[in-house]
Amino acid sequence: MTQAPNPQEPPPAALVHPVNSDRSPWNWLLLIPIVLPLLVPIYNRWTPKLFGFPFFFWFQIMFTLLAAAVTAVVFVKTRRGD
Amino acid sequence: MNVTEFVIVVVAFAAVSVLGFWAHRWRRSSDVSLEQWALAGRGFRSWVSWFVIGGDLYTAYTYVAVPALLFGAGAIGFYALPYVAIEYPLVFLIMIRFWSVSKTHGYVTTADFVRGRFGSPTLALAVAITGIVATMPYIALNLLGMQAVLTTIGIHGYWPLVIAFAVLAAFTFTSGVRAPAMISFVKDALVYLVIGVAIFYIPHRLGGWNHIFNAYDAHFKATPPGTASLLTSANQFQYITLAVGSAFAIFLYPHAITGVITTRNRAVVKRTMAALPIYSFVLGLIALFGVMAIAGNIKPLIGPTGKPDTNTVVPNLFQHMFPSGFAGLAFAMIIIGALVPAAFMSIAAANLFTRNIYKEYIRRDATDREQATTSKIVSLLVKVGALLFILLINPQFSIDLQLLGGAIILQTLPPVMIGLYTRWLHRGALLAGWAAGMIVSIWTFYLTPNVATHVAHWGGTGFALSHLGLHTETAIYIGFIAILVNLAIAFGGTALLKAFKVPEGTDHTVHADYFTDVADTRAAEPAVPAGT
Repeated sequence: MTQAPNPQEPPPAALVHPVNSDRSPWNWLLLIPIVLPLLVPIYNRWTPKLFGFPFFFWFQIMFTLLAAAVTAVVFVKTRRGD
Repeated sequence: MNVTEFVIVVVAFAAVSVLGFWAHRWRRSSDVSLEQWALAGRGFRSWVSWFVIGGDLYTAYTYVAVPALLFGAGAIGFYALPYVAIEYPLVFLIMIRFWSVSKTHGYVTTADFVRGRFGSPTLALAVAITGIVATMPYIALNLLGMQAVLTTIGIHGYWPLVIAFAVLAAFTFTSGVRAPAMISFVKDALVYLVIGVAIFYIPHRLGGWNHIFNAYDAHFKATPPGTASLLTSANQFQYITLAVGSAFAIFLYPHAITGVITTRNRAVVKRTMAALPIYSFVLGLIALFGVMAIAGNIKPLIGPTGKPDTNTVVPNLFQHMFPSGFAGLAFAMIIIGALVPAAFMSIAAANLFTRNIYKEYIRRDATDREQATTSKIVSLLVKVGALLFILLINPQFSIDLQLLGGAIILQTLPPVMIGLYTRWLHRGALLAGWAAGMIVSIWTFYLTPNVATHVAHWGGTGFALSHLGLHTETAIYIGFIAILVNLAIAFGGTALLKAFKVPEGTDHTVHADYFTDVADTRAAEPAVPAGT
């Protein structure tokens, strides 16, 4: 391919330093989806079942959705300019 | 041989290969540099990044091995779930710091950062070698995932793997990271389609979820202790230490880091981290195929080594449950699912060699272009190496080595992840901690027997504490023990070296570097893909 400059190429993006810290009280929320999946005794059980799924399975699969929800909340709340 | 399935897999492979070669035109740049070949100019935006990092992290091996573990070992095999659930909240804040400091200084690897932060090429070399050693068997395992599918279709011998890897190597060479990035769209679309159908259709054929889980429970009630349908007091701690250790380890792997720094700015990293658990949810469903295979009375097929290969359980389940057309699509998903991570991994391992061995010790003044060329060539060698692993050595060796790989990559946590937050630790102590962590990982792995193959050593990642003379049945993840030893030496050694005023090296980074960002302007976006 040619070495000619590509006119469609974006100019190099300028680096900015809008913040000097990532601290926010919202970050503490991240602990919930981290700690909850590690508490084996609360979900190491067969019942109550959901749609035929033992508790052990459906409850842990729900942790992935919890992770998505909490991480999304923290992202939105710590976005600059909010 | 099932001709329908074979044809579908070949057509799918040919299609993504064309895409892979064509990908070099995507977001094209006139630059011939490592920055372009390996990171696509750090320009991927949110949705692209979600596909790319998802395609990078969830490998074909995951798709076959996680269900196979649940099939063979019961509840302990489900540790992948807490692992993939906690990983993104866990690294959410860590990865934006890594993104910023790499952007500021043009770092391509974790070892680049360690060199800049601690002023120690030796510590960087340790990190780089660990990354390469941990990645090689991981690439080999993706080959085993492909092999399991080929065995199920009824194709014997290793020749298809050789052809597939040759094509993969060729388009990775020409297109760099753009190839797996572009193919990841196909891969992920197939994953969502196949899993979306399978998760309703297969239980329907097997008589419903209640029946499936009852069969699973009955199966493990009839097996000897050590495997059970729920966790036992002996393996609960192993379950969570495996989950935590793996969650930290994944974002120390070179290919994960490469994925993260191909993104455009911090907001993209954060948004992607928030959306990636969707893949984890799907992995949770995929794991359940292991349970379905028990209920469906599926047996592992005989692999090319002449022994039953548990990785064939999921492909064989698809084979039994689906008509050939759809099974072919499912097999294409697994095979394409092997290509994307294998490409990412070989690029990432090649970068470690180029940046932290070649440029550091062989040619200090290597230009951008020369670094790109070196990485391209090394990415080929890495793939040849992975192939030879499978062809010349027993595949079990790759499986064992990859298990060990997770534990040893975790030993780079103190310089990389703690290093992102503090410069307090001393480079000498970090090196000593790393060395101790490596030795403990290897030693504990050696002492653990393999229950499945009845081999006395190199058998697993659950280290029985009774080896230490403790009167207990409890086992712990070997990487977890090793990182505790590593941290103790890193912190203790730092206090000691500081007391003796041993030189600490230069920190080339400043506080503000960890918060660098790129404005989220959309105006500069080129047409995708930029044509000629």
